[in-house]
Amino acid sequence: MAEKIFEIKNFDVRFATPDGEVHAVRNLSLNVNAGECVGVVGESGSGKSQLFLGTIGLLSQNGRATGSVTYRGEEILGAPQKALNKLRGSKITMIFQDPLTSLTPHMRIGEQIIEGIRIHQRLPRDEAEKRALEVLELVRIPEGRRRMAQYPHELSGGMRQRVMIAMAMVCGPDLLIADEPTTALDVTVQAEILDIMRDLKAELKTSIVLVSHDMGVIASMADRVTVMRAGEIVETGSVNEIFYSPKHDYTKMLLDAMPRLDRPDPHQQAAPLPAGAEEILKVADLKVNFPVSNGWRPKQLRAVDGVSFSLRQGETLGIVGESGCGKSTLARAVLNLLQKTDGAVLWLGRDLGSMPESEVRKLRKDFQIVFQDPLASLDPRMTIGESIAEPLHALKPHLTRAEVTARVRAMMDQVGLEPVWINRYPHEFSGGQNQRVGVARAMIVEPKLVICDEAVSALDASIQAQIVSLIRELQDDFGMSLIFISHDLSVVRQIAHRVMVIYLGRVVELADRDAIYADARHPYTKALISAVPIPDPKLERAKRRIRLAGDLSSPLDTRAPLRFLKSKIVDDSDAEQYRPKLIEVAPGHFVAEHDPAPI
Amino acid sequence: MIATGVTGEGAALMRKAQNVQGRSLWVDAWRRLKRNRATMVSMVLLAVIALMAIVAPLLSQYSYQAVDYATISCAPDWWPGKDVICYAGGTHWFGTDSVGRDLFVRVLYGARVSLSVGLIATLVSLLIGVAYGATAGYLGGRIDAMMMRLVDILYSLPFIFFVIILMVIFNRNFFLLFVAIGAVEWLTMARIVRGQTLSLKQKEFIEAARAGGVGTSGIIFHHIIPNVLGPVIVYVTLTIPAVILAESFLSFLGLGIQEPLTSWGVLIANGTDQMETAPWLLIFPATFMAITLFCFNFIGDGLRDALDPKDR
Repeated sequence: MAEKIFEIKNFDVRFATPDGEVHAVRNLSLNVNAGECVGVVGESGSGKSQLFLGTIGLLSQNGRATGSVTYRGEEILGAPQKALNKLRGSKITMIFQDPLTSLTPHMRIGEQIIEGIRIHQRLPRDEAEKRALEVLELVRIPEGRRRMAQYPHELSGGMRQRVMIAMAMVCGPDLLIADEPTTALDVTVQAEILDIMRDLKAELKTSIVLVSHDMGVIASMADRVTVMRAGEIVETGSVNEIFYSPKHDYTKMLLDAMPRLDRPDPHQQAAPLPAGAEEILKVADLKVNFPVSNGWRPKQLRAVDGVSFSLRQGETLGIVGESGCGKSTLARAVLNLLQKTDGAVLWLGRDLGSMPESEVRKLRKDFQIVFQDPLASLDPRMTIGESIAEPLHALKPHLTRAEVTARVRAMMDQVGLEPVWINRYPHEFSGGQNQRVGVARAMIVEPKLVICDEAVSALDASIQAQIVSLIRELQDDFGMSLIFISHDLSVVRQIAHRVMVIYLGRVVELADRDAIYADARHPYTKALISAVPIPDPKLERAKRRIRLAGDLSSPLDTRAPLRFLKSKIVDDSDAEQYRPKLIEVAPGHFVAEHDPAPI
Repeated sequence: MIATGVTGEGAALMRKAQNVQGRSLWVDAWRRLKRNRATMVSMVLLAVIALMAIVAPLLSQYSYQAVDYATISCAPDWWPGKDVICYAGGTHWFGTDSVGRDLFVRVLYGARVSLSVGLIATLVSLLIGVAYGATAGYLGGRIDAMMMRLVDILYSLPFIFFVIILMVIFNRNFFLLFVAIGAVEWLTMARIVRGQTLSLKQKEFIEAARAGGVGTSGIIFHHIIPNVLGPVIVYVTLTIPAVILAESFLSFLGLGIQEPLTSWGVLIANGTDQMETAPWLLIFPATFMAITLFCFNFIGDGLRDALDPKDR
């Protein structure tokens, strides 16, 4: 039996709030052995973050932790601040979800790392600098010396998270607590960060506690898994026990709720389209540029750069891409919520862009949108009844008040909200319930097209599954078309008929749902698919990942979209570049031109 | 701009009237406001002061302008201090001023002027400022730049200079006082509202409303303005005292209220001169003014909490 280095016993965390005491963690015991990775899974609000903040004395003012926490046999709960400071940042370190807010914005990367070293190790400056370079290399940051002179905002999200890991590793800790370290990152970046953490564990024998809501991430990393719900442990076991023979219903529910990219449930998938469905939307060579003032020379950021597709009645098109690829901009341009630069959006054959705004407004009852953040997309000062009724007031002014109320109630019932909640405010609801409000608001005018812009990304897996099936039920009832935008390929595989992959504002691959997963042709699509963690430890660990070299380059650089066609690059960051053509490799399967060798 | 402001209020009232089954922000706000004791007490106090100001002539036998040389700077009979020149006797409850006028009646007449200046000028500045600021902020771009430069130009005019010009053009009258003060106070309001609007406009729920087919004016009046009300109301409660003080300042310079009419500002200014010999001349108007300002602050606090649905 390996040595226990971190042991939590009968641990409780309570918060005093104006509404009474909140018991966030209840009588919880957990230990971490040397050199192992313990995964802690739970949905939001399960207390998994507060557990570890509590153990190392980082609770907010109104929090109180009781019980026992020992590090190498020494009690650290309630230890004096000075002793804790010595421990934190050197022997026990922590990385958080959002790497931008965890770095001090006005300090250079190098300064921040060196500060950490000098607080804990009293090295002379030049040696500290050398050590900083070493750890940057350890987390695979190229050109470490140049990076050290940069500020946090100059780095991408993945780079920042690597810097965070570097800072955590700099004093050679025994225990690294990673709280949702990859949740804010794209799948390809997530895969790289997980690789780095796995290597650190293997090379330096650092123990890792990985807190996550994502069963796939846990499957790929953890040796032992603890499932938490409402501040209590539901089940603990080795990773194989938890994934292959879960005992508790809650664990089974969590596993079932995860959509499987490798093994889609045939009952859950979208039904095939009736033949000869009418084409309702056609987007032709759509371009959206944003002027970016970059010092003296204003540049054009090409957020959407020549996207074409069409959509038939009742069809669901999945749009997949990583953050910053322009998928949300595309959605807004299709809905005429922002000004397009060029191209056409034909709605039932009429170009929306050439119509005056008043005309477009009349057509808005036909196309609606569901947003990513359920709380932010609802006016905090409107009751949910008012929010749902608003499109009706605006788009169908001939309805009487009683009719509007009746429809709102009926719609609330249909999306699974109690009609008596009509007078409640968004902040009184959970994220999932608010997203139901968002769906109800979009559906109430019985649109022909609904765009779901990352509509389920901010939700827990179990809630996500509910919202997805809700959207699909409504689609069956109303027969509308859907554009389902997501960075999550597994969800898209469930709901879409066709999938379009976007990279830096351009389509790289467009094909039927099954074709794109079974027979991806473009290297970017392949990399995306292979980066999705699968909630099956054996498969996940045996899987060969297709890596993309390097980070995303700046979208302002016109060379960036040609990452997969390097042979045609003109070496000038401002020059007009070759535009890869879409080639039909199989009926309905389009792939952008790319260099043959996989990158 | 006043016109759009009024339609905004009107729209809000209409919504209130129409909402029978679904409650709206305004109904809920009133419900929450009623539970706030400090606010309710303040509203009652303020109502009592206002009522007294309205029926002032019925409360006392004296007129606010009748000079009586028999009682010059006399203390009220119950005054505890010993070294007073004389006692006013009988029904002069607050004593008399330096020309023998009854202070009680004058304080209430002063309340008429101060309260109406405070409320009307603030209301004017509120309507113009909120509508103007929200429009500029929401439309943005060149229109915003032009609208805000106009505000900057008006800001740069010296206040007194501006009032004198108005007086010269329109002759001196009571109503002009409201206009002059209101016209200056709305500038800050417009800036505050514009700033809030700029950050609100980025919010997703505004985009959601646009996608739901709501037009520009609908968004401004149903989404932007209700959401800027919190900071606006706090600013309003700060504006009312500022306006009351501005009025007394103008009156002091001879540009505002003329004798024998009076306001709290004028009474306090006169009272300060005789603070040592006749302190009641300062204490009574100052007490009334302080109570009023306290009430406005509590009401503002209560309104801000009531209008925020997140507040319990």
